[in-house]
Amino acid sequence: MAEATADTATPTPGSVATGPMLAADGVPLKRSLARALRREKLRALALIAPLLIFILVSFIAPIVDMLFRSVENEIVSETLPRTVVALKDWDYESGEGPGEDVYAALYVDLVEAEEMKTHTRLGSRLNYEMTGISSLFRKTGRGIGRMDTDAYTKAITTLDAAWNEPATWIAVMDDDSARALLPETASAWSSWTRIVAANNDDIAKEEPGDFLFTTLYRDLSAATPDALAGYEGPEAARVREAAARIGSIEPVSLREQFLDIDKDWSDVQVWGTIQAFSPKYTPGYFLSAVDLQETPSGIEQQPDDQKIYRLLFKRTMFMSLAIMFSCILLGYPVAFLLSSLPLRTSNVLLILVLLPFWTSLLVRTSAWKVLLQQQGVINDVLVWMGVVADNDRLVMINNQFGTIVAMTHILLPFMILPLYSVMKTIPPTYLRAAKSLGATNWTAFWRVYFPQSVPGIGAGCILVFILSIGYYITPELVGGTTGTFISNRIAYHISSSLNWGLAAALGTILLVLVLALYWVYDRIVGIDNVNLG
Amino acid sequence: MKTKTILMTATAVVLAGAASAEEMADSMTLVSWGGAYQASQVNAYSEPYKALNPGLEVIWDESSNEAVAKLRAMNEAGNVTWDLVDVVASDAIRLCDEGLAMEFDPDELLAEGDDGTPASEDFGDLIVSDCFIPQIVYSTTFGYRTDMVGDTPPTDVCAVFDTETYPGKRSLEKRPINNMEWALICDGVSDEEVYDVLETEEGQARAFAKLDTIKDDVIWWSAGADTPQLLADGEVVMGSTYNGRLFSVIEEQKQPVAMLWDAQVFDLDGWIIPAGLPADRLARVKDFVKFATDTQRLADQAKYISYGPARQSSAPLVGKHAELGIEMAPHMPTDPNNAKHTFLYNYEWWADYRDDLDAKFQAWLAQ
Amino acid sequence: MNATGPAASAFVEFERVQKSYDGETLVVKDLNLSVAKGEFLTMLGPSGSGKTTCLMMLAGFETATHGEIRLGGKEINNIPPHKRGIGMVFQNYALFPHMTVAENLSFPLEVRKIDKATREEKVKRALDMVQMGAFGGRRPAQLSGGQQQRIALARALVFEPELVLMDEPLGALDKQLREHMQFEITNLAHNLGITTVYVTHDQTEALTMSDRVAVFDDGVIQQLAPPDELYEQPQNSFVAQFIGENNTLHGSVEKISGGRCTVRLDDGQVIDAMPVKVAGEGERTLISIRPERVEVNSDSLGPDAHTLDAEVLEFIYMGDVFRTRLRVAGNDNFVIKTRNRADQTRLAPGEKVKIGWLPEDCRALDA
Ligand SMILES: Nc1ncnc2c1ncn2[C@@H]1O[C@H](COP(=O)(O)OP(=O)(O)O)[C@@H](O)[C@H]1O
Ligand SMILES: [Mg+2]
Repeated sequence: MAEATADTATPTPGSVATGPMLAADGVPLKRSLARALRREKLRALALIAPLLIFILVSFIAPIVDMLFRSVENEIVSETLPRTVVALKDWDYESGEGPGEDVYAALYVDLVEAEEMKTHTRLGSRLNYEMTGISSLFRKTGRGIGRMDTDAYTKAITTLDAAWNEPATWIAVMDDDSARALLPETASAWSSWTRIVAANNDDIAKEEPGDFLFTTLYRDLSAATPDALAGYEGPEAARVREAAARIGSIEPVSLREQFLDIDKDWSDVQVWGTIQAFSPKYTPGYFLSAVDLQETPSGIEQQPDDQKIYRLLFKRTMFMSLAIMFSCILLGYPVAFLLSSLPLRTSNVLLILVLLPFWTSLLVRTSAWKVLLQQQGVINDVLVWMGVVADNDRLVMINNQFGTIVAMTHILLPFMILPLYSVMKTIPPTYLRAAKSLGATNWTAFWRVYFPQSVPGIGAGCILVFILSIGYYITPELVGGTTGTFISNRIAYHISSSLNWGLAAALGTILLVLVLALYWVYDRIVGIDNVNLG
Repeated sequence: MKTKTILMTATAVVLAGAASAEEMADSMTLVSWGGAYQASQVNAYSEPYKALNPGLEVIWDESSNEAVAKLRAMNEAGNVTWDLVDVVASDAIRLCDEGLAMEFDPDELLAEGDDGTPASEDFGDLIVSDCFIPQIVYSTTFGYRTDMVGDTPPTDVCAVFDTETYPGKRSLEKRPINNMEWALICDGVSDEEVYDVLETEEGQARAFAKLDTIKDDVIWWSAGADTPQLLADGEVVMGSTYNGRLFSVIEEQKQPVAMLWDAQVFDLDGWIIPAGLPADRLARVKDFVKFATDTQRLADQAKYISYGPARQSSAPLVGKHAELGIEMAPHMPTDPNNAKHTFLYNYEWWADYRDDLDAKFQAWLAQ
Repeated sequence: MNATGPAASAFVEFERVQKSYDGETLVVKDLNLSVAKGEFLTMLGPSGSGKTTCLMMLAGFETATHGEIRLGGKEINNIPPHKRGIGMVFQNYALFPHMTVAENLSFPLEVRKIDKATREEKVKRALDMVQMGAFGGRRPAQLSGGQQQRIALARALVFEPELVLMDEPLGALDKQLREHMQFEITNLAHNLGITTVYVTHDQTEALTMSDRVAVFDDGVIQQLAPPDELYEQPQNSFVAQFIGENNTLHGSVEKISGGRCTVRLDDGQVIDAMPVKVAGEGERTLISIRPERVEVNSDSLGPDAHTLDAEVLEFIYMGDVFRTRLRVAGNDNFVIKTRNRADQTRLAPGEKVKIGWLPEDCRALDA
């Protein structure tokens, strides 16, 4: 550049050594470089965009979804919005059930939930936390329409038949001051509009539901004379008239109504559970996943006869490690042999190693059953040879042993392949060099060959370990009671109990455990010491 | 804006009109369990229906054992591709609870019996949920190896707990349902009180204690095909499974196995229609369901598999096995000879206690 | 040193050794070779001539198909490599990548169960010996090629073997470094008094380093001699052409007498030569003459010496020497080298000259 400046007879201001360097078109060099780079980056991004989107959609999104599900708990506050609010001030420790207001809130919530068919879902959800809530909600859903609250309807419409007209309600509920005067009714009315809309009905033609009269009764009884007197909205006279005569109506206790349907509604435990699981996000699933539970009175240990997950996590880790080690033991010599053979032979043998991939998992697992069961081939042979007594046949399946055997068989290729690819790159001269230096075959192998094959072992271990902690079909089939994994429970909660939140929490913990182990591995062996081939 | 609303209303009217004219989809996806059971449905229901409706495409999906989870996932994704799903009653209840199955009026959806009985009466109590269309009554019961029980073949379900007289392994399903009931019955609880007892902590402990006595002798199964295979291999002396599976081991494979009908637990299997189907698909599936659950069709299914039709009016029509040519009535779980001592699975109770007892059961297994 | 070497003082001996890998072809054919203690012997030959195979048999990594190999008078055919105590330097060095330089050097000492203090002492000495004292803590990958070479050498020597084998150890280095290392290796070998068997395909290397060179071709030693003898008195046409620059002319022997022979070249001219390897009078022969022994100035030749007509094709100025390419007896690649002396004539292309040489410098070899 300095030369270029020297060459120019009359340097332009831009090309003075101190000024910003300009590109040929006079734009500062830095900026045009940045632009060129940005264009290049965009092009590169466009090239990898399909992959990036694919990874985001197929890999990241499910994990995020899982993390979210493991704490998400909106169903309670969405299904019982009023109850959740009304329950805020209730004290579980008092040992007494909540007051009438809470039952009134529950009444309106459940009417809407029953119409929308969401109350049973909530029942299933809360049943995970407390046995019996499922049927309580189902039963209550059936009974909610048959409550004695129609007494209010009769009484109020008898007072003034106009309250039976949807038009009256529409007019009143359309007005802000009326809604302020009658807050519960206004809230119930919004439920009513949703119910009517969901049934594809016309709100102007539908007879108002009983629960509207219940809330109207409650609002009018609670309204202060001042507020009533000050009300100037639509149907003011009618509202005041109804308020004036509301005292003549026999009140119906909603609490009693609920208790009539099911006496469990007086159980503080039920209310405590609803209260404890009111927040939109809950640690409950994670607590369950580590054998704790969230109770109305705080976090407690799960009863001993229900503790299972910690045991299963430990067992999963232990079994996966056992499978990993047996894969090393069996896979290492095979890979060693393969790598020392001429390429043509080793390719043929590699196909044999991969052969298990071509048969279905179920077939392979069933084959192990035939081999290992008590009346199976191996036991028959052993009995025939007189090694074991006929009435004392070995139990080799439906336990940990069977699981380890079958899983090792299935996962062995994942150990052999990376090992093979690493061993293939270790020149045989190293062994010769070691021997020429005086090492015996074993020392040469152990001190010189083995350390160089460690990256292959690392890669194989990571593959086998991660695959095995996620396996559930084989443990389910041959694991019996002692060989099942945490993944079997996850599968159960996904497909049978539908407790996806707990499944997600278990999955998240598993993910964290794997990442933690990965980190430990990185600290000990170094992750750059892994060669996937 | 206004024109748009009018347009939309017009479209809605047209659509509604189309639906009311019973425009039916020309393909439908049925979900079932695969194997012999699905084959019986193909033979008894869908083939005759296709003969009446040429051009209709029927797709079978063998996903019933994970139907609940899959339907929920489809529903969340907003794309339900199934039209009719075969599930056991407890799953139907759960799907109904979750709002994933359609509720219906039985007298409107289902055909009358051939004697004119309304469907709601013909099916009676078997309609255990507002979403459940009953199809068959099956039972979970025990089969035993006739060559491994000596001269005293078992007649009582408590033989399962009697390892003195009947040594050897037995296979039980890897879940609390049925096993807990049997354990209590064999611990002296009367049938009527089983669920009351099981509701209490002590009752549950009692059931587990009884199961403890045979824990080391049990092979736990999770697939319906396991027990028949274990019996055929001689791995177990007796085991529980569905009665239809035992029928094929005994009558089709001619294995030395016999039925121990005592304390068989009745259960139901039937259809649910997924909630929120589009009008044309719904019309098609309604039409199919009406046909497939009529008196004759339900009786026909028993020609292929030994499960009892869910309609009372079908019972007299049950005939011979389509291939073996043997009378099927004596092999039905509901046959009086077989149903001397039966037990009815309490769906409502298990819907409540399933989560809790399953956790306890798994913990007990793992100990 | 004697060309064949007295058997009594032989340290390494190959006796009638044969080797075949596939059972069909012999890679090493009837090898007889003895190396004296302290000698630096090089195996030189084109690629594939069997040099490495010989070395591997000596090291114990390959077994001789036939014959006997002796080390210090003891037969070693059945001694495993690690017990032979032979140091070895590989072409790619084979330094263990997962060990530091010091660990690499310490390895042979560790396997010999030498105590730590001695080990450190010896490693340090060996590193100093190759001027790499400061590099003990490095990994091989952090060293340059030349440095790795030194470490490989130090490792082969650190356990003080009496015999060191090197298989093309300098093959991967650039020319300058290679020449430097050649010098260092010979120095070390002589100073330490160890016996060295060195393999290379580079004849300059062989000539500059060795006490004796065994020229291999096709599994057979073509000639075994000290460098000067090899260069000046090649025993056959392969050696003559393989070692150094060489001019060849084809012809047939006319007469042999008194340690001389007359050869008639293919173009009819006649010259005198030493009959080193000729089949007899009238047989074809290959005349070999080194470029620097050709005289253009016939004054320095004897009066009766035969001369040949030559035409200058090219003159190349190379600094210390002039290189002139001529056409002689139909051979366009006849090269002569003349020293750059002040009075030396520079030939111009196209010039016609007479060339000649002393008969002792011209060797008649096998055709
Ligand atoms: N392990 C082996 N198996 C079969 N043939 C071999 C083997 N090693 C070398 N050979 C063959 O033996 C001949 C000599 O090889 P080698 O001793 O390596 O020659 P050099 O070292 O002189 O280049 C070559 O033809 C080579 O192909
Ligand atoms: Mg070689």
